[in-house]
Order: sequence, then structure tokens, then C-alpha cells
Amino acid sequence: MGLFILRRVGVMILTALCLTFIVFFLTNLYPNLEKLAKTQGNMRMSDEQVESWLGERGYLDPLPVKYGRWLGVLPGWTFEDPEDGKITGRCIEPGMDPADAPSFCGILQGDWGESTVFKDEVGTVTGTRLALTGKLMFWVMVLMVPSALLIGVLAGMREGSKLDRSLSTFSIASTATPEYVSGVIFITLLASSAGVKWFKGTATSAADNATFENFFLPVLTIALYGMGYIARMTRASMTEVMTAQYIRTARLKGVSFRNIVIKHALRNALIAPFTVIMLQFPWLLNGVVIVETLFNYKGFGWTLVQAAGNNDIELLLACSVVAVFVVLVTQLISDIGYVFLNPRIRIA
Amino acid sequence: MEPLTWTGSLSFLNPVFLGLWALLGVAVIAQIVTSFFGTEVDVVGDQLVVKKTPNALAGMAVKWSFFGAMLVTLAYLIGGILIPGIEAKGIIGTISTRLLPVWIALALTFALSITFKRKLGLYGKLFDSIIGMIGFAIVMFWVFTAVFGAMGEIVTHDPLAQVSGMKNKVPGTALSNPEDLYPYYLLGGDNLARDVFSRMVKGSWEVIKIAPFATLFAFMVGITLGLPAAYYGGKLDTFLTFLANLILAFPVILLFYLLVTPEIVLTGIPVYMAAVLFIFPIIFMVILINSRFYVQPTKRNIYLAITLIIGLWLYAGIAWNADPLGIIDFPPNLLVVFVSVVFVNSPTVFRIVRGLALDIKTRDYVAAGQTRGEGPWYIMLWEILPNARGPLIVDFCLRIGYTTILLGTLGFFGLGLSPESPDWGSTINDGRKLLSIYPHPALVPALSLMSLVLGLNLLADGLREESLRD
Repeated sequence: MGLFILRRVGVMILTALCLTFIVFFLTNLYPNLEKLAKTQGNMRMSDEQVESWLGERGYLDPLPVKYGRWLGVLPGWTFEDPEDGKITGRCIEPGMDPADAPSFCGILQGDWGESTVFKDEVGTVTGTRLALTGKLMFWVMVLMVPSALLIGVLAGMREGSKLDRSLSTFSIASTATPEYVSGVIFITLLASSAGVKWFKGTATSAADNATFENFFLPVLTIALYGMGYIARMTRASMTEVMTAQYIRTARLKGVSFRNIVIKHALRNALIAPFTVIMLQFPWLLNGVVIVETLFNYKGFGWTLVQAAGNNDIELLLACSVVAVFVVLVTQLISDIGYVFLNPRIRIA
Repeated sequence: MEPLTWTGSLSFLNPVFLGLWALLGVAVIAQIVTSFFGTEVDVVGDQLVVKKTPNALAGMAVKWSFFGAMLVTLAYLIGGILIPGIEAKGIIGTISTRLLPVWIALALTFALSITFKRKLGLYGKLFDSIIGMIGFAIVMFWVFTAVFGAMGEIVTHDPLAQVSGMKNKVPGTALSNPEDLYPYYLLGGDNLARDVFSRMVKGSWEVIKIAPFATLFAFMVGITLGLPAAYYGGKLDTFLTFLANLILAFPVILLFYLLVTPEIVLTGIPVYMAAVLFIFPIIFMVILINSRFYVQPTKRNIYLAITLIIGLWLYAGIAWNADPLGIIDFPPNLLVVFVSVVFVNSPTVFRIVRGLALDIKTRDYVAAGQTRGEGPWYIMLWEILPNARGPLIVDFCLRIGYTTILLGTLGFFGLGLSPESPDWGSTINDGRKLLSIYPHPALVPALSLMSLVLGLNLLADGLREESLRD
């Protein structure tokens, strides 16, 4: 088991390195840098001015060197202004004496760089935004997981019954409704002058003070899309368990249907959904980006859109590291959890 | 002029319609609640008879109220076509009349398919499952709407034309001074005073022309790489699986933002990606034909020549925009969208194909093929692949739906297609800013997208049910 986890962690780090390098490569293409220079400096810069702006900030060095600096394995760039002799550099904070500045400053040293959009440390920006998204995700999980499991178990305990048909149709409908569609429908029905005004169509204020009124719609929108998939998986696993020999034996022994479902079937039926729930996290991340944009909730997804739209290289890299981390860690947890939950694998 | 009402002179049916839906809702809930109580059995003479339980009653109520509601809906649609005059037809009737070619095409498709369903293999079997038929009907409705819309049949206005005074008008508003234009905006106007109905119809074409082909390409890439990965295993498998997992670990939206921006188009990266991805269908076809007709060289050479000429011509036209005959014209921003959707989808297809092939590889008929001396590619493409077709066809339908959602996501973030494009995602994006005041410009494409994806999901469900049956 230890070796398995160690190997998985190794693959994880390799994947994260490859991914960040791809992001780094794509964001450092010259047209993107030119756009960055023009949005940060002056829209009407000439080509030479763009060149010198980028050159002064180390953007024109070879790609592996820049990537090494970001990682913190190569020393950061420094630039001495030929006119006043002032030294600026990647590792030199404003107001710091260049002589005191460390020569390495990358993510290995815990320095995530500076966001060009938010004019703040990337670490702080990502941290605060992630906390907000964490709040959103927590409530999504609270709503989504129990209802999805309930729907799946209820539908799967009597395969082919009317209850199964209605609940299965509901889960198909919910997987067929992407967040930007259900969000639009919810706002129209529940938060506009055309429908009833029970909720608010924006969740900006939920960042400081989340209430049922301003936070329920975004939570519901994300939860609904993921719910259908988990419910279908739970249903499939439940129907499989319900046709197993030991359930038939229990029934022939005269155990009541309620006891069969609760004591005999449920625990075995919940192994597969656990894996699915874990693997849903990366998809939820997608939903988070859409919903935060739609409801204007300034969390991680919203930040990612801002960073990507403005080619904010270091913030975007931090966002991809977080995203990759989420994807890979959930995969790892789902693998390990599967082994722990399933006695057939654990004991064998 | 007065604005149109929704149902025109059929409005006397409205209370009936609403009543039936309310009844349906109540009956469904009642049925679910009563299903928790078991059925009771009576002895009548020497026979066992199931008692008329509340559950059975609720079931009857569901059935009849559903039939009633469907009947009234049909009455709206058919009545709308038959009643003369736009005012009397109402909005639904007028739209139904505009969609007349679609209804005729749908009726023909269904009549022909049901007549010959025993001769049509899996497609024919689809017409044994009600869920599958409903899904197929919805999908074909959108396909026909898209095709006729692209031919200029159904649309009432130019989807890009702005008519003064029609900004954010509610559905059914009359044009203040129509001249030779269609006198009404059937589903209202958007915030640039364009006709929402025509944009919805034109938008369906944007989806129908990209989604199935992008999915097909993703399947070709996934199959061409997935089969050898599973069959040979070893280093190749490890490498390809790592690559697939790498792409899958990317959040889709980040990837879109990185790939589908005008700056990236300038660097030409999408063209190189297209050049790599679009070579796979040609490789696939060539290997397919070569392995099949390897022992008949003349036949093989003819087929290969035909495939290569057509394939390379399409390849030059689509990927490099360098069609020597000048027939194929592939706009660069459409190419970016196409490439990124194929790129995002192929690793998942790869994983599915690999999983299926790993399972089938161990079967006896594969071993028999190997003993007969069949080549590896023949075994992969003509022994393993046909036996994996069931799950692959089902996944294909689901994946078209997923691709539609992805295209919508691209539009929603304003990436890719031109900002004026009538595709559903961009339209939702345009409409969402004024959503709480004027919901209709965003609601119409949202519901369209939902119904198409739902149709594809139901179709996949029906196919799965029917393919499991044999």
C-alpha cells in the first residue's frame, strides 16, 4: 500500500510538472505577452516599447529559464536601469534593498509571484478566493451527496417500478442540463420579475454574508448537474446488489423489505458511488467556474476566468496547480478509499 | 398592431391544459407515495385477484392525465397549422406552422422506420423502446430544424438584422413598421433588437454542424490510439495512458481559455493541433482497409487510393485551409473550436476503448484469430472493435450531448465563434446580463440546448436497453 501511494504521488508530481509547463508555454507565447504588455503598460505602445517593457521584466528569456525561475530552481531575473542605475528584479520587493533580496524565489521557496490583474500576491489572492469557493463547495456537497444517494437507492431498490422510472427520468434530465442552462432557468423562475422573486439573481453579497436568499440558487445549480450522475451510478450499483444471491436468501428467510434494503443492501451498494463522488470533484470545478461567473460570486472560478481573460501568467499557473492538485488528490483518495471500503480487495 | 397571444383562438383550451398538468403532477406524487404500500390479494372463488389499490388508481390517473395533456398539446400544434390568420393562430400556432417542413420530415422518418424496423438492425430495434423513440424524435426534430433553417425555410428574419424599436420586446410583439419583413417577432427581440426565434433556429445549425463531426473525430483518435494501447500493452500503453490522464487532469475551461483566444490563433498552434488530430481519421481508414483486403492486393490498392485521395483532400482543406480545388472553406475560428472540442473529448474515448479492448482481448475468438495467423491490426479492427460496438454507440450518443454542452460552454464564455454568431451558448451569454428583467432572449436558447441534450441522453438510454436485450 505504501509503495502504491508513493508511486501515485510520483506520477502526480510528474503530471503537475508537465501540466504547469504546458500552461507556462501557452501563456508565454509572444502574442500573449504582447497583450499583457499592452494591458499593463499602455495600449498604444509601439513594437519596440513592447519589446523593452517585456525585456526589462525578464519575459523575453528562454522558456526553460523562465520556468525554472517560476519553480525556484534558477535565480530570478534582475534588471539595472541604464539611466538611474536602479535595480529591479523578480525577487526584489518594492522598497527592498537589492543586496538583501534572495536570489531564488519560486514556488519551492513559497513565493507564488505577483498577480498582474489584482495587483496582489498570488498566494493571498488564491487563498482568499479558494476559501470562498470552499464555502460554496461545502454547501454543494451537503445538498448534493445525500439527495443523490437517496434518489439512487430509492430508484434502485425496486428496478423497473414507477418510482424507479420517475427518479431515473429526473436524473437523466438533471445530467442533460448544464449549469449555464439550469442557472438561467432558476434565475428566470425564482429571481426575476417574470417569475417569483424569492431569491437573488446574484451571489456577490454571499461572499461576506451568505444567506439562504442569495446563496441557495448557485448551490442548487451546481448540485443539480452533479446529482444526476451520482444518482445513476448509485442506482446501477443498488440494482446490482438487489439481484445478488444473498439478498434473495434474506428474502426467502423472511426478512422484511425495509430490513433487506437498510441492513443488507445499502452498505454494499454505496462502495461504487464513493468512487464516483470523488471523481466528480474535477467536474464540479468546471461547474464552479460557470456558476461563479453567472452569479458573479467572486471565488476561485471567477478568479480563473479573470486570470485567463487577462493573461495573468502567475495567477493562472497557481490556478492550474490548484486544479491539478484537486484532480489528482481526489483520484488518489478514490483509489485508496475503494480498497478500504471493499473487503474483497482489502483482505485479498 | 396588437401583440400575439400564446395560443390565439385556441385559448379556450388553456384551463384544460393547465388542469391536466396539475392533475398529472398530483397523480405522479400520489403514485410514488402509494407505491410504498404493498399490493393486497383477494380470493374470488378459486382465483387470486389483485385488489384495486390506491396505487393502481393513481397509475390510471397518471396515464390518462398524461394522454390528455399530450392531446391538448397536439391540438395546439395541429390546430395552429389549420387555423388561418396569424392573430388566430397565436405564437405557438404560428411557430408550429413555420415548422411544417420539420413535422412532415419527422412523420416520414418515423413512418418509414417503423414500417421497416425488422430489417434495420439496432436502429430498427430502437423503435421498440418508447424512451428511445422519444429521444430519437427530439434529436431528429433539432436536426431537421437545423437543416431546414440553414436552407432558409423556417426563419422569419435575418438572424443578424436589427429592427428599430424591437429591443427586448416580449414574445409575439408586432413590428411597428414591417414593410416587407415578417410582421411579428415570434419569440421576442434580444438586447440588440434581433429576432430570438430566427436566432434559435440558426443556432441549432451551428450545433448540428459541429457536435456530431467533432465527436466522430474524437472517436477516430480514441480508437486508433486506444486499440494498440490495450492490445500491445507495455511501454506504449503506459505512455499513452499518461498522456490521456494529463489532458484529463486539465480543467476543461482553463484549456479552452488557453487554446481558444485570438492570440493563440495568431501563433498557429490550433492549426498544428488540427494537423496532428485530423491525420488520425485517415490513418484509421487506411489501416482498416489495408488489414481487411491485405490478401487481395488489387482491391486493396483501389480502395486505398480512393480513401487517400478523398482523405488527403479533406485534410488539406480542413486542417491547413489549403484546398487545391477551393471547395472546402473552413473559417479559422471554427477550426479552433473544432480542434479544442476534439482534443478534450479524445482522451475519454481513448480510456473507454482501451478498457473495452483489454476485456475483449482475453476472449477465445481473439486467441483463435491469432492462431489462424491474423495480423495484429486485423484482430484489433475486425475482431475486437466490432465486438465493442454496443457500448461505443451508446457512448457516441452521450458524447454528442456532452460536446453540445461544451460548445455551449465556449459560447457562454464568449470564446471561439464570432460574437454575433447565433449559436446557443453565445446567445445565452448575451442574454444573461439582463436576465432578471428580460429573461426570454436567454431562456429560449437555454431550453433548446437542454431539450437537445436530453433527447440525446434518452436516445442513448433506449439504445443501451435495446443492445443489452440480444
